[in-house]
Amino acid sequence: MDTPKPLDNFRADVAHIGKSVLVKGELSGSEDLYLDGEVEGSIELRDHSLIVGPHGRVRANIHAKDVVVHGKVDGNIRGTERVELKKSAVLVGDISTQRIIVEEGAFFKGAVDVQKETTTKAESKREMAMAASASFSSPSSSSGSASSTATPQSSLLEKKY
Amino acid sequence: MGSVSHSIFRFFRGSAAPATATVELPLHVARRSSGLKEFTRALAGQEGLRILDLGATSAINITRLTQFGHKVYTEDVLSASGDPGLIIATENGKPMYDVPRFLAENLQLERELLDAVLCWDIPDYMPEPFVKPMVERFHSIMKPGGILLAFFHTRDAGPDAPCYRYHVTGEDTLDLQRGPRFRLQRVFNNRHIENLFRDFASLKFFLARDNVREVLVVR
Repeated sequence: MDTPKPLDNFRADVAHIGKSVLVKGELSGSEDLYLDGEVEGSIELRDHSLIVGPHGRVRANIHAKDVVVHGKVDGNIRGTERVELKKSAVLVGDISTQRIIVEEGAFFKGAVDVQKETTTKAESKREMAMAASASFSSPSSSSGSASSTATPQSSLLEKKY
Repeated sequence: MGSVSHSIFRFFRGSAAPATATVELPLHVARRSSGLKEFTRALAGQEGLRILDLGATSAINITRLTQFGHKVYTEDVLSASGDPGLIIATENGKPMYDVPRFLAENLQLERELLDAVLCWDIPDYMPEPFVKPMVERFHSIMKPGGILLAFFHTRDAGPDAPCYRYHVTGEDTLDLQRGPRFRLQRVFNNRHIENLFRDFASLKFFLARDNVREVLVVR
């Protein structure tokens, strides 16, 4: 069975919720989270990532920067940057994100809304670019943000019209 | 419940349960589709449309449709129709399908929400009592002027026509991926199809070479 092992994803700066843990209520934080247990309520990580492990069972709306699902989610997912459904994922709910990746075999019942880059982000990029050109700094100062849209998946975000 | 008129259906054959026959078929088949070409043309130049893709989750379809700025809804109603819990016993002990429950658990979308539906050949493989109610549900959740693309096998396709998952790979090209072994339940002729979609504004038929009739329906 080709399921990811929790320890493979272990990093000291990632909070872990093990598979025997049940959380009821609002779960929020300001660090990345690996969730292999059960959550009922809501999950709010905003600028951080959430991985729902293969044993993860979530009955909650999720808001995080990146969301990767191996387990089961019953609720809406708002991933401000990316949502990824692995082949073992079962999601019943809607997805709102900038980039969506779905592996063959994932089960998904709901709607996908791929958002354009948020105005504030686009504006901050524009400001960065203007500042960079005004100060005659090296091009690398603005290429950091540009490189994030140069990944293969980023083509999903590009407007065709 | 489940007592939908049988009059518009013919060649009804057995259970919708996955067949056990083991015929070696290619896993993927590439195919051109005139119906898809017309469907694509109808959506061209528009953005932010709401499109329902019926069948198992297709990453290819999600990627392709969201690329054009559309919102994609996906539901595997065929698998859902095979839920054993949907078969209930009547007072006289005869089994029947629980259509109200099927409709309560599936296609629960707002009225006149959808601009387009990719129905594929789901009606051919679905248990008969669900087909007409499902089409009626399409009518209520589609916008007036919305379009629906459906495929129907002709009699020449034979009873063991494989069930495929349709992936949109181009403006008029499909990748047919062999899917779960659902069994063809019946064959609709043109008149049956017209009856099935009689509440819709118009139908346009495309006869393909592979014993499949493509239909573009306008709500």
